[in-house]
Amino acid sequence: MRGKAAVTGNLSADSPWRISGRVIGALLLRESLTRYGRNNIGFLWLVVEPMLFTLVVTALWTAMRQIHRSDIPIAAFALTGYSSVLLWRNMPGRCIRALKSNRALLFHRQVRMLDVYLARILLEFVGVTISFIVLGIALWAIEWINSPEDVLAVFFAWMLLAWFGGALALTLGSMSERFNMVEKIWPAVALILFPLSGAAFMVDALPPQAQSILLYLPMLHGVEYLREGFFGSQIHAHFDIAYLIVANTLLTLFGLSQVKRVVLGESNEF
Amino acid sequence: MIELRKVSKSYPTTHGWREILRDVNLVVQRGERLGVVGRNGAGKSTLVRLISGAERPTSGSIERSMSVSWPLAFSGGFQPALTGADNLRFICRIYGVDFESRIAFVEEFSELGAYLHEPVGIYSTGMRARLAFAISMVVEFDCYLIDEVIAVGDDVFRGKCDVELFEKRSDRAMILVSHNFRYLRDHCNRFVLIRNGRIEEYDDAEKVRLAYKYMPPDDEDEIQASAPAVGQDARSPLADTTKLRKTA
Repeated sequence: MRGKAAVTGNLSADSPWRISGRVIGALLLRESLTRYGRNNIGFLWLVVEPMLFTLVVTALWTAMRQIHRSDIPIAAFALTGYSSVLLWRNMPGRCIRALKSNRALLFHRQVRMLDVYLARILLEFVGVTISFIVLGIALWAIEWINSPEDVLAVFFAWMLLAWFGGALALTLGSMSERFNMVEKIWPAVALILFPLSGAAFMVDALPPQAQSILLYLPMLHGVEYLREGFFGSQIHAHFDIAYLIVANTLLTLFGLSQVKRVVLGESNEF
Repeated sequence: MIELRKVSKSYPTTHGWREILRDVNLVVQRGERLGVVGRNGAGKSTLVRLISGAERPTSGSIERSMSVSWPLAFSGGFQPALTGADNLRFICRIYGVDFESRIAFVEEFSELGAYLHEPVGIYSTGMRARLAFAISMVVEFDCYLIDEVIAVGDDVFRGKCDVELFEKRSDRAMILVSHNFRYLRDHCNRFVLIRNGRIEEYDDAEKVRLAYKYMPPDDEDEIQASAPAVGQDARSPLADTTKLRKTA
């Protein structure tokens, strides 16, 4: 609302939700300007990076196709796998140690650390989602992939994966402020989780014992669900949506409890 | 009105919890000008941050029935990659203030001219300070928190700041932190000295100056908590300070 009060600089009494929405919007713009600048070429990296990933993997898998004798559509397999990884890997990456570069903002009462995290998560979500959609359309246009069999399933799977990424980002971001270890160890852990999360395999191709162990990883359910939506008729996907939702909920609650503990601290520097 | 009731604030350090403020009670009414003095590290900035709401007290409560500014010390807080105008836009957005109607004021007041559209990273310290002050005049608050900010800039600019703050906004409450007693004498009608985590109130600038000048050295033992045992109590500053109070 741009009433008379706003023009004179007087503060209007807004609801906390309204303030929070305003703050997150302002943080989003600030963050994207800072990261990508005014010349919009920087924004393209959001699309180019996963595109490179996907192309490399697609080439590798096509070359190895005979060994695996797999019938799965390689490009769609690579697209779903790597885009999913980017969701849960980049969101925490952007939130870890976010306090340092945002300290000064917390001096404004209405900016909470949660807003900073949410803005960064949202920006990452927008970036990866755009890249996913653009790549999907591009690969479809050159007939490397078919259009998804069940768009709704793709949508829900994508949202659940994004939710997982966001919850993980809240948790790791806030814990990194109290434990230096998080910042150091996360890249290594992400590297290990990368192949285990289903980026490079279908659960069905694994021995049952490995399946039952790996399916403890929530994101694996999301990736399998995503592939079910894309080319479900050609594979046998293993996933449990309820498990993923429960895991997401618990992780979100834990993450929020940790965010509350991120505070400004004694230092006067900002 | 701003009311602090039994406000305490402790910070964790490598050697245990350090209590900066203890059981502070303070009421600031509309239009009052409170000058805050104290040694370095006495807790002046902490008090201002608590009042601003940027931080929460470890215990006690703070009530605000008027709008309170952010601490105007703030020559930092700018994103160096963004322009001065971008930073202003950000502040306008989070406070819900119209940007277009304020940009002209900031441009004129900060004397930045075309630099307003250059990244803040290339500004000099003085330019940053001018921008910071101009931006903080964009939102109208009932109470301004001013943490040593007026010390920056040249005399002409300082004069302009004084007009903007003390003449145009003479009806507002202000909390000024400064080491400059003359400055406080000219602009405040109440004075507090922070010492050993507590505040002492004086009604006269000269009295607070003398109290500050002849202040005995800090009684460190009284105020600092001892380090908690390893692995114990890292989560509970309260338990530790309560213990301390009993032994004190």
